[in-house]
Amino acid sequence: MKSDLNGVLTGVHFLDGDHACSEGAIAAGCRFVAGYPITPSTEVVERIAERFPLIGGVFIQMEDEIASSMAIQGAVWAGKKAMTVTSGPGFSLMMEHIGFAAMTETPCVIVDVQRAGPSTGLPTQPAQGDMMQARWGSHGDYGIIALSPNSPQECFDLTIKAFNLSERYRVPILFMMDECVAHMTERVVIPPADEIEIYPRRYYEGLKENYLPYQAEGDLVPAIVRAGDGYRIHVTGLTHDERGYPSMTVDAQERLVHRLINKIRLNADRIVEYREDQVDGADVVVVTYGITSRVAIPAIEQARKEGLKVGHLRLVVVWPFPEKRIRELATKVKGFVVPEINYGQVVLEVERCAGGKAPVKLVSHGGGAVHHPADIYNAIKGV
Amino acid sequence: MPDELYEYEIEESIPVNTVETYLRTDRLPHIWCPGCGIGTTVNCFAHALETSGLDLDKVVVVSGIGCTGRVAGYLNLDSFHTTHGRAIPFATGLKLANPALKVVVYSGDGDLVAIGGNHFIHAARRNLDMTVILVNNFIYGMTGGQVAPTTPVFATASTAPYGNFEQPFNLPYLAESSGAVYVARWTAYHVRHLTKAIKDALAKKGFSFIEVLAPCPTLYSRRNKLGDGLEQMIYYKENSEIRHNADTKTVALDFQGKIIVGKFVDKERPTYLDTMNEFYQKKLGEEYVPASTYEPTARME
Repeated sequence: MKSDLNGVLTGVHFLDGDHACSEGAIAAGCRFVAGYPITPSTEVVERIAERFPLIGGVFIQMEDEIASSMAIQGAVWAGKKAMTVTSGPGFSLMMEHIGFAAMTETPCVIVDVQRAGPSTGLPTQPAQGDMMQARWGSHGDYGIIALSPNSPQECFDLTIKAFNLSERYRVPILFMMDECVAHMTERVVIPPADEIEIYPRRYYEGLKENYLPYQAEGDLVPAIVRAGDGYRIHVTGLTHDERGYPSMTVDAQERLVHRLINKIRLNADRIVEYREDQVDGADVVVVTYGITSRVAIPAIEQARKEGLKVGHLRLVVVWPFPEKRIRELATKVKGFVVPEINYGQVVLEVERCAGGKAPVKLVSHGGGAVHHPADIYNAIKGV
Repeated sequence: MPDELYEYEIEESIPVNTVETYLRTDRLPHIWCPGCGIGTTVNCFAHALETSGLDLDKVVVVSGIGCTGRVAGYLNLDSFHTTHGRAIPFATGLKLANPALKVVVYSGDGDLVAIGGNHFIHAARRNLDMTVILVNNFIYGMTGGQVAPTTPVFATASTAPYGNFEQPFNLPYLAESSGAVYVARWTAYHVRHLTKAIKDALAKKGFSFIEVLAPCPTLYSRRNKLGDGLEQMIYYKENSEIRHNADTKTVALDFQGKIIVGKFVDKERPTYLDTMNEFYQKKLGEEYVPASTYEPTARME
């Protein structure tokens, strides 16, 4: 595997989603990965373990997922871009540290290759059952960003986007793959390094004596520094003031947590990303994400053949949710259909935004396989 | 080994209150109770830093949660107050990502060897280049005096109201058998020895571990009718026996029994990073790009 100096494997490849994710991380400048083996995500770290010694990266297989999700945050504060990778049970173990990253505004990427749960569930088979966990899994209130790729190409492209978003908003990015996307092998085009857009870490550049680690400007995102650069920073998971010092007051809590939420909420228009296919003028809009977006296509095409006006809205960024667009569509369509490999998670968000103006129909699946397109087709017909 | 080694000269050269420059004085007063031993250990740590010759901008302190977990927040250094039990994984990431940092983990017994026990043994096994200072007060102080994996048998705690019947860890033995290259135990009474030990540990390459016994008058001593902080110090003074190079198997602690202190282990073993670099250089030759030599272009940063 010959790459350029930046580690970018420019060219046309035949890769599975896991390996494409590894290459995306490398292309994004990630040079620290900590992980723990868990199916179906392990191939990501296997490829990283092979590639990193050749491109100046450090990979360490930690003793568990709790340690992995903390080691990456130490690496970030030492100046690296960092990522960890896991699946359901490991994702559950990482919840506390997703909150720590949100609270300390530590930019990092956490990949969850979803498999069927709860508990050990179906380790080698797909599901989309961690979507609400991604939004709300750590205790307390915070803003978060979650992405959902639907192909190996997107596993590459969106991993880069995940790193860029994490740096832009100083927030952990949850990269919500699923077993199908992770293990399907397809053509992946990796562009030349200079054509890949990278959002660099925004380091503080003012006078040392004026530095306040948690003072944010208009975009609500403070500039960061590294340990070892002489700023003598203090970083804590406790509620803290602009100096980073613990402050156990209602006022400090309100100011800090409100900003953590608002830096995502008020920037949502810039973060939200979805793809539309014939949504304008549609009677029925199918809302999908991840592998389900591809399973829905034959159902949508069959319905269109029969003369139904069916649109397809695919979430690329799932959190924050495209509230405005769904609200707008709710006044125009006869109904939404939401297929997902769980018993109803993202559908709740569609319902909330539809606000009773249009019916929302869930096509559930317990996991272990993808939907049969006929189930989605029947739901479209039933609207 | 005679103790002359530890009758050293640094104390005379230290002017009064020099410790203040090592503290975030704008955060004082601290939260520790009167008679608590944690502050004493911080004083020793600051004195050790003073004579260590280390560039303080490169010294990073990582704490977990609990009374000792608050140490990071009072030190005028880059300092991280992480989650409960996870200071060592955070420190692992810091060290591997920037080997130029001098990484110190400073936390309590419950944090480091109960909830964080797995990380403790693995960091020692890997011989990660870090110093772990564990303040052992035999109890969970911050949460109100619950039993810990260090609570001696028969001692009472709020969750062991009839006394503890679980065998506690012998921490020096745990550290040595897991792979630590430097292991010492002192008490909050032994301030000169502790200062010297911290200085030695900071200078040591690899996983160095210091257990410091410290009084918790509010929760451990009061519940067990052991008197105030001063009485505990007298107990430490009268019942400690300095036995350098003691077999760590023999240094387990009993309830108010004899305390074996000293430098138990001081040996050489290649660190994680040295081993990794050497290994990859052998395996991959010129193809190996050590992380330390990797300079991201401005675009990739």
